[in-house]
Amino acid sequence: MARPWESAPGVPFYRDPKYRGIALQIGVCAALAYLAYIAIQIAADNLARSHVASGFGFWNVTAGFDISQTLIDYSPQSSTYGRAFWVGLLNTLVVAAVGIVLATILGFAIGVARLSRNYLVERLATCYVESIRNVPLLLQLLFWYNAVLNALPGFAASFVLPGGVLLNNRGLFLPRPLFGDGAQIFAVLAGAVLLAVIFNRIMRRRKGFWGAIGIRAAFTLAIAVALPVIVLSVTGTRIAFDYPQVSRFNVRGGLEVLPEFVALLLGLVVYTAAFIAEVVRAGLMSVSRGQTEAALALGLTRLQTLRLIVIPQAMRVIIPPLTSQYLNLTKNSSLAVAIGYPDLVQVFAGTVANQTNQPVEVIVITMLVYLSFSLSTSLVMNIYNARYALVER
Amino acid sequence: MDAPTAAAAPTTESAALAYVRTAPAAAVSPPLATAGVLAWLRERLFPNLSSSLMTIVIVLLLIWIVPPLIDFLIVNATWTGSDREACLATAERPVAGACWAFIGDRFAYLMYGSYPIAGRWRVDLFFAMLAFGTAWLLWLEAPRRDLGAVYFFAVLPVTSFVLLHGFEAIGLPVVDTALWGGFTVTIVVAAVGIVVSLPIGIVLALGRRSELPAVRLLSTLFIEFIRGVPLITVLFMASVMLPLFVPESWSPDKLLRALVGVALFSSAYMAEVVRAGLQAMPKGQYEAAHALGLSYWQTLRLIILPQALTVTIPNIVNSYIALFKDTTLVFFVGIFDFLKTIEVARADPNWATPVTSATGYVFAALVYFVCCYAMSRYATGIEKRLSTGERR
Repeated sequence: MARPWESAPGVPFYRDPKYRGIALQIGVCAALAYLAYIAIQIAADNLARSHVASGFGFWNVTAGFDISQTLIDYSPQSSTYGRAFWVGLLNTLVVAAVGIVLATILGFAIGVARLSRNYLVERLATCYVESIRNVPLLLQLLFWYNAVLNALPGFAASFVLPGGVLLNNRGLFLPRPLFGDGAQIFAVLAGAVLLAVIFNRIMRRRKGFWGAIGIRAAFTLAIAVALPVIVLSVTGTRIAFDYPQVSRFNVRGGLEVLPEFVALLLGLVVYTAAFIAEVVRAGLMSVSRGQTEAALALGLTRLQTLRLIVIPQAMRVIIPPLTSQYLNLTKNSSLAVAIGYPDLVQVFAGTVANQTNQPVEVIVITMLVYLSFSLSTSLVMNIYNARYALVER
Repeated sequence: MDAPTAAAAPTTESAALAYVRTAPAAAVSPPLATAGVLAWLRERLFPNLSSSLMTIVIVLLLIWIVPPLIDFLIVNATWTGSDREACLATAERPVAGACWAFIGDRFAYLMYGSYPIAGRWRVDLFFAMLAFGTAWLLWLEAPRRDLGAVYFFAVLPVTSFVLLHGFEAIGLPVVDTALWGGFTVTIVVAAVGIVVSLPIGIVLALGRRSELPAVRLLSTLFIEFIRGVPLITVLFMASVMLPLFVPESWSPDKLLRALVGVALFSSAYMAEVVRAGLQAMPKGQYEAAHALGLSYWQTLRLIILPQALTVTIPNIVNSYIALFKDTTLVFFVGIFDFLKTIEVARADPNWATPVTSATGYVFAALVYFVCCYAMSRYATGIEKRLSTGERR
């Protein structure tokens, strides 16, 4: 913004905007510094009176409490508060990562459905978005946990889902793959996926038989899936599954997923998907009708129009708000504390803060973690925007 | 110079060209219907195979979900009763539906929390005053909306405080905030957030767009910090830090701490909404104002803010919706808001039945939905109204 009130000759300095600006800034900074000084004085006073320890010495103290879901080794007797922090952080990350993948799939499906020409599909998607967005997430989480998962039958009467999955009020029990020779299988799988990607890259430029998308997709998939199956069956390596079994007193074997995790994931996915659907809808609507009409006039099919014309242009509008939804999902996972899922806030800002009686330090660390998520995301977004933003002439 | 003649030549002998028709094409039969119920059904429900399949799947899904839901909510529901016996399944009603009697019985608690019964008229009066102020501001043709703003942002907060908290000098006994609860607290938290966040948000937004580096830096730091962390950590921070940083004699009560947290949080979000509105103002507006000789503050007050705030009303309302939903988080710092009273009420052994929890959550969801949906309809209405000029 240009400044028409630039310093002019004959204006006394106290009416000169330049000096006024400087004076205002000095005033604001001085006032803030003074307030901070007073606050720190009082805090030091209060702390000295209450004999509360301060500093980060607690990091290496033995925690002594148990955590219900640990992705890394953790034992209440020997692990430290620092270890508990990492356990909580990993739990937050795992629920956020799974949630982001599922919410994206559901959100895109509903976003496209909201623009469907089928009346029922469109109405249903609209009802979903309107009802989910207007009810607080915390209420939804409590509902999933207390009214749905806790109301499931006990383990003896578990629901058996396809693929040997058991669902009961103790959580979700998935078959656990047993890797006899884990490294070898992993290497074969990774190699096949790499080959498939290279194949896809080479064939992308081809025309004719190899250029047809169906052929290319089929062959890519065949390389990625069939190749490892053949190699593994020839070499005689088998992937075994440890299926969960209902025994007399509990469920044995399998991969146990806590009911808290299931409820949190359900709540986050259902809630965020409604917002992602709106982002997707706005993105698709931002591509002008003329683009679609021109593509159809050129003889492209509806699917081709969507894939080649509409989606690439819509993505530019969709991606920035989509990442902020991902960030929201990650931040919202902190509501886990309401249903007792051991995420960063529940473990660290909850239990650790209470046990150490140093809530200020603990909460500052927690805030810094979330802040670093958010800052790294906006850094990536700024790079993305600089690369893909529409250059206007 | 051969091309034009070559192009012109065919016109005379077009009859000889194989690809030009000699006889008119047969008329296409008219479509069966382009209007009416049948046409609509074909156009919107069964235009092709895949769409028809989806229609059928959805109809089946609705048949599967809706009747049991209606059974639960209305047909098998219990409407009257004084304790859990009424809501249990019996021989003549093997499946118990929603226990509305439970909501009816605990309704006063859900509304007022533990606020003394003798003083509940004060809460009702507060609701009435709030409704009056809200209506005055939301109705865009209302007379003297400037007075309405003064009432809402200055008079209402003071009188509400006196009314709810009490003031011995005028004969209103003091009610400790620990007794406040239920929907009242939800409204109080939301209202404080709404009233405080707009002015602070405007100041922060102006600060972030300011030319003064120190002001810009401080505003940006504050906004980005608050927006980067979850509300729950801000609330924890407010509840442990505030008592630490003020003299022990002040000891701000729990509700006040939560209110400070909510106000800070919503101000940062509001600042970004207002900033978007400021950015939407064309440069010509500033330049014209300067050319007329208006000062910076006059430009803002008379030219920029009225326009920028008007175009952002829908976004402001949307951030109020988010704020209203976020009030549920005060739950975590020990405040008995509406959701917390639902949680307490559903754990009441007097009403412990298999359907109590579901009933409580359905009721809470309905209340939140009605409030948020009303706000969102208002925002949509304003948006339509504002875009009248752009519609063709």
